[in-house]
Amino acid sequence: MDPRKLRLGFLLATGALALAFVFPVAPDSLPLMARPYSREITAGAGVLFLLAAWLADHRAIVVGLTGTLLAAAASLALLNDASVAGSAQAGFWMIVIAAWLSVVLGLVNLAGLQKLRRRAQQAVNLLVPLLFGATAFYLWEVAVRGFGVPTVLLPPPSAAAARFFASLPTLAGDFTQTFIRGVLIGYAIGCSAGLAVAILAHRYHFLARGLLPLGNFFSALPLVGVAPIMVMWFGFDWPSKAAVVVLVTFFPMLVNAIAGLEASGHIERDLMRSYAASPRQSLIKLYLPAALPFIFNALKINATLALIGAIVAEFFGTPTQGIGFRISTEAGRMALDMVWAEIALAALAGMAFYGCVTLAERATTFWHPSYRT
Amino acid sequence: MSTEPASKRLVVEANAISLRFETADGPVDALSDVSLQVAEGEFVSFIGPSGCGKTTMLRVIADLQQPTSGSLSVNGMTAENARLARSYGYVFQAPALFPWRTIEKNLKLPLEIMGFSDSEQRIRAERYLSMVNLKGFERKFPWQLSGGMQQRVSIARALSFDPAMLLMDEPFGALDEIVRDHLNEQLLQLWKSTEKTVLFVTHSIPEAVFLSTKIVVMSPRPGRIIDVIDCNFPADRSLEIRETPEFLKIAQRVRNGLRAGHSYDE
Amino acid sequence: MTSSSLTLPARRAPSLFRHAIVERYVPVATMVLALIAIWYVAAVAMNWTLVRDAFEREETPYTISDVLAGTMDAERPLLPAPHQVINAFVDGVFGYPPLAPRSLIYHSLVTLSATVLGFLLGALFGISLALLIVHSRVLERSLLPWIICSQMVPVLALAPIFIVVLGAIGLQGLLPKSIISAYLCFFPIAIGMVKGFTSPDPLQIELMRTWSATPRQVLWKLRWPSAVPYLFASLKVAITISLVGAIVAELPTGGEAGIGARLLSGSYYGQTIQLWAALVAAAVLASALIAIVGLVERGVNSRMGAH
Repeated sequence: MDPRKLRLGFLLATGALALAFVFPVAPDSLPLMARPYSREITAGAGVLFLLAAWLADHRAIVVGLTGTLLAAAASLALLNDASVAGSAQAGFWMIVIAAWLSVVLGLVNLAGLQKLRRRAQQAVNLLVPLLFGATAFYLWEVAVRGFGVPTVLLPPPSAAAARFFASLPTLAGDFTQTFIRGVLIGYAIGCSAGLAVAILAHRYHFLARGLLPLGNFFSALPLVGVAPIMVMWFGFDWPSKAAVVVLVTFFPMLVNAIAGLEASGHIERDLMRSYAASPRQSLIKLYLPAALPFIFNALKINATLALIGAIVAEFFGTPTQGIGFRISTEAGRMALDMVWAEIALAALAGMAFYGCVTLAERATTFWHPSYRT
Repeated sequence: MSTEPASKRLVVEANAISLRFETADGPVDALSDVSLQVAEGEFVSFIGPSGCGKTTMLRVIADLQQPTSGSLSVNGMTAENARLARSYGYVFQAPALFPWRTIEKNLKLPLEIMGFSDSEQRIRAERYLSMVNLKGFERKFPWQLSGGMQQRVSIARALSFDPAMLLMDEPFGALDEIVRDHLNEQLLQLWKSTEKTVLFVTHSIPEAVFLSTKIVVMSPRPGRIIDVIDCNFPADRSLEIRETPEFLKIAQRVRNGLRAGHSYDE
Repeated sequence: MTSSSLTLPARRAPSLFRHAIVERYVPVATMVLALIAIWYVAAVAMNWTLVRDAFEREETPYTISDVLAGTMDAERPLLPAPHQVINAFVDGVFGYPPLAPRSLIYHSLVTLSATVLGFLLGALFGISLALLIVHSRVLERSLLPWIICSQMVPVLALAPIFIVVLGAIGLQGLLPKSIISAYLCFFPIAIGMVKGFTSPDPLQIELMRTWSATPRQVLWKLRWPSAVPYLFASLKVAITISLVGAIVAELPTGGEAGIGARLLSGSYYGQTIQLWAALVAAAVLASALIAIVGLVERGVNSRMGAH
């Protein structure tokens, strides 16, 4: 980044912090100067920003981000004061602006770094989105608590996190019901069935020509709508949710596996023919390995679809627990911090599931060109 | 001009092979009345422009395509039985190695299919990999090798189950000329040491003349044989003979055949 | 979210069936007929005990064929027969004035309006975001990983929150449902378009550089045309997600209008056939929407020189 812009940016941040000492922080006129720890931390951030402005090169990143941390800490500490929370004044917002400005400078600088060694580049690639996400959470927290948004409407991340850790038993129960029973079982059945039918369709080409358009058609339908029918057939408990997941995961796997089994080049097929290989030998040694990238594509898509399917199926009715159940009932009771905690659970489960499938993919399809570029 | 003893076994006997297929623009004669005899141990090249039927002829012999008329005997059997009896190894234009298998496992692929024992597989993989001078590359994956090396693996793989014949469809077409020369020499050595019958399709006149004992010149529309040239250079030849007058005379004869078949016309 | 349409490579069929139309439609038609046949058999099997028990309770004499006929005509079947569903669907579409509360057209329009509005909003935001990401390195590094992560999160689970929160601040009806639909289809479109805008061959971009093209010229003359296939692929995915979003958004408030509401009420009151008819309506909607996107795609492609 242009050193002059960097310098200017950090000077502006320092200026904002200075203004925080001038403007009132809370309606009760206790200024920043009179608040013991907050003033030291804010002053420290200011010093660091000045240092970063003076350095104005890539070292300013580290200095600036440390300053950001201090400023953010100061603002969060201030929020613990009842007079500030809910009615924060200009002084407070100056600190927030300074923190935000400095993190943006840090991000732009980091993103602009080039010609780094591989490890350093990987670290930066991880750090930038994490910083961005952390900033988003910070702003959310500060805005909700500073403006005094009713917690019932939009709780701050800290409240949701607190509720998360306080409700671990409930969350564990919901997780088991929805994920372990509904998702995993349905996913296993749906994906295996899709693969099995695809192999059959590969053998009998007439089946493939007929099933592929049907598979594409059904993939596009809002299949979660069959949840009430599944409840009618399998009862309220997890089997009906697993049934929805089976249906939802079957078609993407079918369509992708059929395409994958067709993906072998005709030279490789001629090779197997020249060896007089039996259909079973060709399937195991050529068609299935070549289809793995497609199969994993479907497995990844299905990981997300399965979780969504199970949760939404629960919106249609479920006995006493489950992620979807908890979300809809707690939303109805306006206990939104619990809802956010459940969503965090679902997000973590979703990412972990997807991550596992991706790891398995990397282990088995390491040979595919897309990994070698 | 043939100096082989008449009692040499005929490995390929083709009589009036024709292959016609329908296209949107009318029927196309990929092969028209092609007759050919190949004796054991010969190195036969098929040369001609695109569309002259040389690859088609090779595929017909390999039972990868069926002719619409004519008779064909491969190794004393029908083409299909010859394929089922694993009488030949086929080398394609591309190496066609499976990227998910190591080089060693790629070599073992036909052996697994044909039911060789594990120890036999290991012995053969090692032997044929050394034969193409790629010892030490067993655990590598195909993409870690250059194009020329991959093609050598493909040739080793075709030899690994010891077939009577080697069918090669422009195996060196995708490689640059320097690698190509090197591989031509290696192929010649392989042929001499294994004494297999080789059917070789190529675009390149010098390559055909250098490698073969017999050159079959073909031309398109319809696909047919224009000339069959016998070629008897000394067994221990090197690339230098490409500048000798005998070589050039045969090359010229090939070129005349191609011209006669309108290969150089638009 | 769903896979894009995948097709088989063409194969030469024996000359008797060479007709392209026959080759394409006979297998599908056979499959569909087979599925319908299996459906009928399943309906008989699943409704059997229900119908037979009803006869027993009424203590009327019955024969096997009575029970058989009964399985095809039950009022609250476990699995309605195909003709029952078709009848209910046709009835729902043509049997009532289009805006009556029992007309499927009315409910479809309610859901459709939220779907289309949400889709347009989501497309607008998704494409804008993609443009920003492609032109700003910072945004690319910061945002793109989050967008990719969001694909793994069950975003649909957020629907109830949105409805409740927006309802609490006074927004009800069409707008919150559209916002949910927009939110759902915004991410796949953004990712698809980022792929599309970055799809041009580096050689082509270098060519533009040799002509000193401005970023804006590169955008309009190279990136947009290259992105068109990705645009339509992601639009097709987005419109189906938007439809699912609109349907799910109708659930939390125990909604009164829309296909989701119809599904919910059919489920609560045990009106199986009504439920199935609503599902068929959803399927028809989804197919129609994708067909429309497909038509537009074909039009654009033919103008861009595809054969």
